[in-house]
Amino acid sequence: MKLSVWTYEGPPHVGAMRIATGMKGLHYVLHAPQGDTYADLLFTMIERRNHRPPVTYTTFQARDLGADTAGLFRTACEEAVARFRPEAIIVGASCTAELIQDDPGGMAETMDLGIPVVPLELPSYQRKENYGCDETFYRLCRALAQPQDRTARITCNILGGTALGFRHRDDIAEITSLLADMGIEVNVAAPLDATPADIARLPAAHFNVLLYPETAEAAARWLQKEHGQPYTRTIPIGVGATRDFVREVQQIAGTDILPDESHLRLPWWTASVDSTYLTGKRVFLFGDATHVMAMARVARDEMGFEVAGMGCYNREFARPLRKLAKEYGVEALITDDYLDVEAEIERLAPEMILGTQMERHIGKRLGIPCAVISAPVHVQDFPARYSPVMGFEGANVLFDTLVHPLVMGLEEHLLAMFREDFEFHDDAGPSHHGGGHAATSPVRAEERVPESTVGVVWLPAAEKELKKIPFFVRGKARRNTETFAAERGQTEIGVDTLYEAKAHYAR
Amino acid sequence: MSRPELPAAGGCRSAPVLKERGQREVFCGLTGIVWLHRKMQDAFFLVVGSRTCAHLLQSAAGVMIFAEPRFGTAILEEADLAGMADAQDELDREVERLLSRRPDIRQLFLVGSCPSEVIKLDLSKAAERLSARHAPRVRVLNYSGSGIETTFTEGEDACLAAMVPVLPETQERELLVVGALPDVVEDQMLSLLSGLGIGPVRLLPARNIDAETAVGPNTAYALAQPFLGETHEALARRGARHIPAPFPYGEEGTTAWLAAIATEFGVSPERFAEVTEAPRARARKAVAAAAETLAGKSLFFFPDSQMEIPLARFLSRECGMEPLEVAQPYIRDALHGPDLDLLPQGPRIAEGQDVDRQLDRARADRPDLTVCGLGLANPLEAEGLATKWAIELVFTPVHFYEQAGDLAALFARPIRRKQALRLEAAE
Repeated sequence: MKLSVWTYEGPPHVGAMRIATGMKGLHYVLHAPQGDTYADLLFTMIERRNHRPPVTYTTFQARDLGADTAGLFRTACEEAVARFRPEAIIVGASCTAELIQDDPGGMAETMDLGIPVVPLELPSYQRKENYGCDETFYRLCRALAQPQDRTARITCNILGGTALGFRHRDDIAEITSLLADMGIEVNVAAPLDATPADIARLPAAHFNVLLYPETAEAAARWLQKEHGQPYTRTIPIGVGATRDFVREVQQIAGTDILPDESHLRLPWWTASVDSTYLTGKRVFLFGDATHVMAMARVARDEMGFEVAGMGCYNREFARPLRKLAKEYGVEALITDDYLDVEAEIERLAPEMILGTQMERHIGKRLGIPCAVISAPVHVQDFPARYSPVMGFEGANVLFDTLVHPLVMGLEEHLLAMFREDFEFHDDAGPSHHGGGHAATSPVRAEERVPESTVGVVWLPAAEKELKKIPFFVRGKARRNTETFAAERGQTEIGVDTLYEAKAHYAR
Repeated sequence: MSRPELPAAGGCRSAPVLKERGQREVFCGLTGIVWLHRKMQDAFFLVVGSRTCAHLLQSAAGVMIFAEPRFGTAILEEADLAGMADAQDELDREVERLLSRRPDIRQLFLVGSCPSEVIKLDLSKAAERLSARHAPRVRVLNYSGSGIETTFTEGEDACLAAMVPVLPETQERELLVVGALPDVVEDQMLSLLSGLGIGPVRLLPARNIDAETAVGPNTAYALAQPFLGETHEALARRGARHIPAPFPYGEEGTTAWLAAIATEFGVSPERFAEVTEAPRARARKAVAAAAETLAGKSLFFFPDSQMEIPLARFLSRECGMEPLEVAQPYIRDALHGPDLDLLPQGPRIAEGQDVDRQLDRARADRPDLTVCGLGLANPLEAEGLATKWAIELVFTPVHFYEQAGDLAALFARPIRRKQALRLEAAE
C-alpha cells in the first residue's frame, strides 16, 4: 500500500480509453463498476471533446456481484455493437473487474460479433496509464495490420498521437507539413484520428515516425520486426533535434530535400540582446521522459540555461533518462511521488521549473516560475490556438513558453535599478492604479523570505541588505548564505557573511 | 403556518416510475469526500483503493488537490492482493505515518472502495483496531464510498450514517439538522431557527469532533439534503423522530421546510410570519429576475445527486419551467415524497439509468435545458442542447432564502449564454 494524493498517471484502462477516444470507428467495452465513468470527463472537459468517448461500461453494482456480471458484460458488448456499429471493438477490465475474474477477452471472442475483437490484458495493480496506451495500440496493430505492398511514392506513418496527449493535435499537423516539405506523404497517422481500417493499412508505408515512445514504441518495434519498417529515434522538439530528425528521415527515405525554415524565429530571438539575461538560468526539468530529455537540450543549447536537475515519473524510461542526466552532469530523479519532486526542487533551488501541472503548483508554492512541458496537464494546456511543441513552429512556441514566466532582461535590469524607488520598492502593490500600496500590504515582501531553518541568526544590517536583493532571487540568496554560514559553524550572519557567501557561490 | 398549496391537477407522488437498469453515467460515493473534508475540519478521509480511485479524486477535486487537502488514497499494490493479513499490517503502517505527520487530525475515516470490497478487506475491523490504538486523540470510523455500493452524494450519506451509532446519547428535546451545508448557509439557517425560538440546534456533520452533536429518543431531526436515506434510517434506530418536509430550495421550499420544524416545536404562526416575511420577500424578488429567462422553458434531468426532484419542484413552481423528465439515482418515498406531492403532474419520473436509452429520450424531447454530468454536457451542447452541469449544484451554496436567486441564476445562465453568443456571420 502506498499513500498518495496526486498521481502523475491514471490506471492503465484510462490509457486504453485514450486510444479508443483518439480513434474513430473503434469502441471499447470496459468491464467496470458504477463510477468508473468519471474518466469520460477527462475527454469532454479537459480536452473539450464534443462527443462522448466511445466507451461502454458495464457499471456493475454490489447486487450484480452475486449474480451474473459475466452476463452483464455480454449484454453490454451486444448492445454496444448494435448501437454504435464500430469497425472493431477492444474489450477489457478495469481494476475492480480484474479482481472478479470474468475474462472479458475470452467471452467477447466467443460471441461472434461479426467484427474484429481485440482483448486487452492491462494489469491495473502493476502498470499505469502510459503502459495502457502503448499496450492497447500494440494489440490493435497486431490484430489489424495486414501484410501488403509498399506505396508507390515514399510515405510514412506517424505513430503515437492519442486523445489527452500534450499538444499531440498540433505536433502531428506540424510534422505532417514538415514531411510534406521534404516530399514525404503521410500514409496513416495513428492512433489519433485513425480508424481500424487505417490501422490495417499501416504496413503500406516505407517507414514510421515515432513521435511519442510512451504511447507507441511497442507498436513501432513490432512493425519493424513484422513488416520491416524502420522507425525514427529522434524526437523533433527544438531546433537542433528537428534538424537531426530531418537528417534521420533523409537517410531512411533516401532524399536530400530540406524543409522550409523561413518561419523559424527561435535562433534569432534567443541570440538577440534582450535574451542575454537568460544565460545560465538554472532550470529543473520534470515530466514524461521523452519531453524531459528533449527539453533538456532545448534548455541548455538553445535557450542558454543551465540544467540543474532532471527527472521523470515513468519508470519504463528510467535507463535512457539516467544516461542523459549523466551527460548533463546531474543526478536523475525517477519517481512518481510528487513529494520527492518537491524536496528535490527545494534542494536545488532552481530559478525556473519545466514540468507538469504538479510542478506548476510546486513552483507557485515556492515562488519559482514554471512552464508546463509535459502531461499530465490541465484544461489550459489544450489551447484553442495552434501550439505545437515539435518542428520549427514548435521551437517558436517553446521560446515564448519558456521566456514568459521569467522576468525579461530589460525588466529585470530596471527592477534592480529602481528597487529603492517609492513606486517600485518591494512593498509597493502590484499596480499603482487603485491604491493597493505599501500601507495595505506591509508584509508582502516578508512573506517571500522563508524562515531560517538552520538556526542561524540574521543581524539587522544583514537582514536589511538581504531585502535589497530582488525578491525573485532573495530566497535563494538567503538559503545559500545560511548554508554557507552553517558549514563554517557561524551562528550569526552579518553583511560580510552575505557577500562572502555571494562570492563563494558565484560562478 | 405557511404550507405550499398542492398542484390543482395533483402531484407526482403516485405517478408511475420508469425504473431502468443499464449503463450508469454517474460518480461513485468517493466524490463526497471532496466537499465533506472541507466541512469537517479535523477529519481525514483515507480511501483504501486502487490508482483509479486516486485518479477519480484528483479529477473531481480539480485545483483543490494542490491545497494539502485532508484526503488521500492508500493505493493497493500487487503484494496487497496476495495475502489478507498483510494488507491489514500495511494499512496500520500507512495510518501510523499519516497520523504522526498530521497531529491536527482527530477523526479518521477509512473509506472502502470497489477493489477493497471485492477482495473483502475488513475495514470495520481495521477501524476498531486503529481506534483502540489511537484513542483518545483520534477516532477512526469506516464507511463505503465504492461505486458498487454508492452513487455520488450517497457517499456523504454513508459517512454520516457511520457516525450515527457513535454519537453521544441525550434525553433533551432538541432539533438535529442533518446534511453538510456550506458554512454561510448553515449560519443563515441557524439564525432563522433561533429567530423562531428553536435551539440549541445540533448539526450532523459538525465542523469538528468536539461540537456537541448528540441524539436520543426526544431528538427530532430534519434533513437538509435529499440524499440521506441511510442516515435517516440510522437516526430512526437511535429513536429519533423524522420531520418530513420538502427540501429548502427556493422561497417556497425553505418556507415549507421551516414550517414543518416550527409546527413540530410549537412555534406560533405570528412569530413564524414575523421571522420569515422579510427574507421570503427578498427570495421571491431575487428568483423573479432569473425566472424571466426560465419561464416556459422545458427541462430534462439526468440522474446524479438525488437533488433532482426537489430542484424540479423549485424550477417548475417558482420559475415557471416545464419538466419533461426527472430522473434520480434512487427515489425514497419518506424523503422525496413531500417534494413529489408539490411537483405538478406531467414529467416522466425515472429511477436509475440506462444512459444510451435516456439520451435517445432527451434527443427526442429536445428540452430547452438539460441538467447532466460533465461527461455528457459538452457532447449534448455539441448537439445543440443547452446544459447545466449538475455537480456545481452540490458545491455551490444553493439552500435557503438568501441563495434562492443564485440557485435560479445557475439554471438561467446557460440559456442566457446561448442567446448571447452570435458567432455566425451576419447575413
